[in-house]
Amino acid sequence: MRFTVAKAMGRGATRRQTIKRMMGAAALLATTALSGLTLGAGSARAEDEIRIGVIYPLTGAAASTGVELKAAAELAASIANGEIAAPQGLVAGAGMPRMKGAKIKLIFGDHQGNPQVGATEAERLITSEKVVALTGAYFSNVTATASQVAERYGVPFLNGESSSATLTQRNFKWFFRTTPHDDLFVTNFFTFLGDMEKKTGKDLRSIGLFNENTLWGNETTKLQIKLSDERKFKIAEKILYPAKTTQMTSEVQRLKAANPAVIMQSSYLGDAILSMKTYKELGFSPSMLLANDAGFNDSEFLKTLGKDGEYIISREVWALDQAERNPLIKSVNELMFAKSGVNFNGNSARAFTAVAVLADAIDRAGATTPDAIRKALQETDIPASGLILPWKGVKFDATGQNELGQGIIVQVQDGKYVTVWPFDVATKDIVYPMPAWDKR
Amino acid sequence: MTADILLQVLVSGLLIGLIYALVAVGLTLIFGVMDIVNFAHGEFLMLGMYASFWAFALFAIDPVVALPFTALLLFAVGVVVYQTVIRRILKAPMLSQIFATFGLMILLRGLAQFFWKPDHRLIPHTLVGGNVVLGPVQLGLPQVVAALGAVGVTGALWLFLHRTRLGTALEATAIDREAATLMGIDGQKMFALAWGIGAACAGVAGGLIATFFPIFPEVGSNFILIAFVVVVLGGFGSVTGAFLAGIIVGLIEVMGGFLIGPEYKTALVLSLLLIVLLVRPKGLLGKA
Repeated sequence: MRFTVAKAMGRGATRRQTIKRMMGAAALLATTALSGLTLGAGSARAEDEIRIGVIYPLTGAAASTGVELKAAAELAASIANGEIAAPQGLVAGAGMPRMKGAKIKLIFGDHQGNPQVGATEAERLITSEKVVALTGAYFSNVTATASQVAERYGVPFLNGESSSATLTQRNFKWFFRTTPHDDLFVTNFFTFLGDMEKKTGKDLRSIGLFNENTLWGNETTKLQIKLSDERKFKIAEKILYPAKTTQMTSEVQRLKAANPAVIMQSSYLGDAILSMKTYKELGFSPSMLLANDAGFNDSEFLKTLGKDGEYIISREVWALDQAERNPLIKSVNELMFAKSGVNFNGNSARAFTAVAVLADAIDRAGATTPDAIRKALQETDIPASGLILPWKGVKFDATGQNELGQGIIVQVQDGKYVTVWPFDVATKDIVYPMPAWDKR
Repeated sequence: MTADILLQVLVSGLLIGLIYALVAVGLTLIFGVMDIVNFAHGEFLMLGMYASFWAFALFAIDPVVALPFTALLLFAVGVVVYQTVIRRILKAPMLSQIFATFGLMILLRGLAQFFWKPDHRLIPHTLVGGNVVLGPVQLGLPQVVAALGAVGVTGALWLFLHRTRLGTALEATAIDREAATLMGIDGQKMFALAWGIGAACAGVAGGLIATFFPIFPEVGSNFILIAFVVVVLGGFGSVTGAFLAGIIVGLIEVMGGFLIGPEYKTALVLSLLLIVLLVRPKGLLGKA
């Protein structure tokens, strides 16, 4: 704001000052809004603090997911710290008796959905926040860059919710992952389709692939092509669409023209909503829409689409109806609901479990040095009964991958995600084929 | 069958193209009048969408009914932005101008996220819900209404610029500010007017898009890149150019996406940008 310009415009000094003050206030407000997450920096550091860095997309397109992940991580930390009594039966992260009263302090970093920012945040958390371990980052491509930084500094990185298979194929020494990865989930899809063919007697061999074009969608596509070759499925159409697009007409038209028996779709939230709107707009209802988690399983998906989100089938690591099987899931979910006003979903349940597994390892390590934590993580052996996820347990193989994870398949029925496969843990029968839009 | 699908794709491309045009006319108008590129234009669109959303959520007013209010509100936002921010950087170096509107973009996004949460929202039932079936072509009614609205608003803007005294004054300021001032036209008023109308166009576009597109703080970024391509193709400052270019970009995106492959649709649109810049930098109907 140069004086000459202001003078040329003939504005009074008082008014200029007022406006300046207003602008200052507005700018301050904006800064607070944007960076409220890093305010923990520089606060006094108690000696009995176990500082864990947590990197999520807290602003940007996936911010709504990030906020839920954050709440889940905080809940896990509160339980491990004994601030909230551990529910009956919880094993991972139920408390840290060997840490002599030391408390976990989560330091959050915001990657905004951007791999570069993710790496910078990891660097900041390690070098200036002195965290002893990292977790995050939801997006596979951000987890890839952030864990690279952790690897360089020799700090354990426990990923709970990124499913790109390549992440554990990098021979990293410091990287661990609790969630099953895409290979397993996608393999599940084909096994499920085989089971469905037996059950319904219908031919489900022609598949339309409809995936977004970042790392996750590309890896998924490759794997789907490989598996459908192996298992004698036919790919009728393959679409890799640009993420965050303004229209999906051309994509849906192509699918409609190919008319496959099953559509396998991988989309984040905004695209998932837009695609459902476009299916309806163009009157296209495939007999089965098999979604690859993410946007289709976000709490916002059904809240936003309501009835138009019905009957989609998705893979999951978790479903609320599993609480009928396991009272532990029910009680932990009640704590989550009390804290954040939303139920767990597959993403937040995995974020919870990641922090819980980390707390379990730190407790067994009895120390907060990276080496001790890494060693304890390698020795992790948590039984199925102590988890809120329908896994066989947590035990890491040589690549850092949890070898006991497994997925389920859910369908939206009456506004809820219900488990429909594997048939032995299903709580509802599958609705097939998906009803046409005008017959709902 | 194939001809039917092609027709369907063609019409879909036309509809989205008209919407792109509406987003772009406001941008091109502001640039035409005062040579400032408004990076916060996508955020005006976002504000228009939120205005429609809140009108619906709080007062149960349909986005289509609320359009005049959305337009007025965004007009006011445009004028306020001009008076508080843009007026100060009129004669500043171009970098300062870029950073000012860029900063405004970040500010508006941040505020939207702060006050309205980062959630994706959707207006569940609008007056214009459902589908229209025209022979082999099936179209979403919201898209049809949005496209018609785009034609209406762009037409009205064109009439305003070419057939009214005030509009002609605005055009005159765009052509030569000094000369216009000598003729007794208040340049400051014209600039404020341009910002008001530009923002109102984005607001109307937002209101129309809100009937079928998810609403979230970053929604502007989905549209703004295409809007810039449209502005460049149409020629900086040309409303008619932006209108034609919007349709062309929509058709190329949807037709190209369908025929060549959706993975290339953005690449096609951005290649168009490069070709225009190389071959005809002033665009279709731009000033030299």
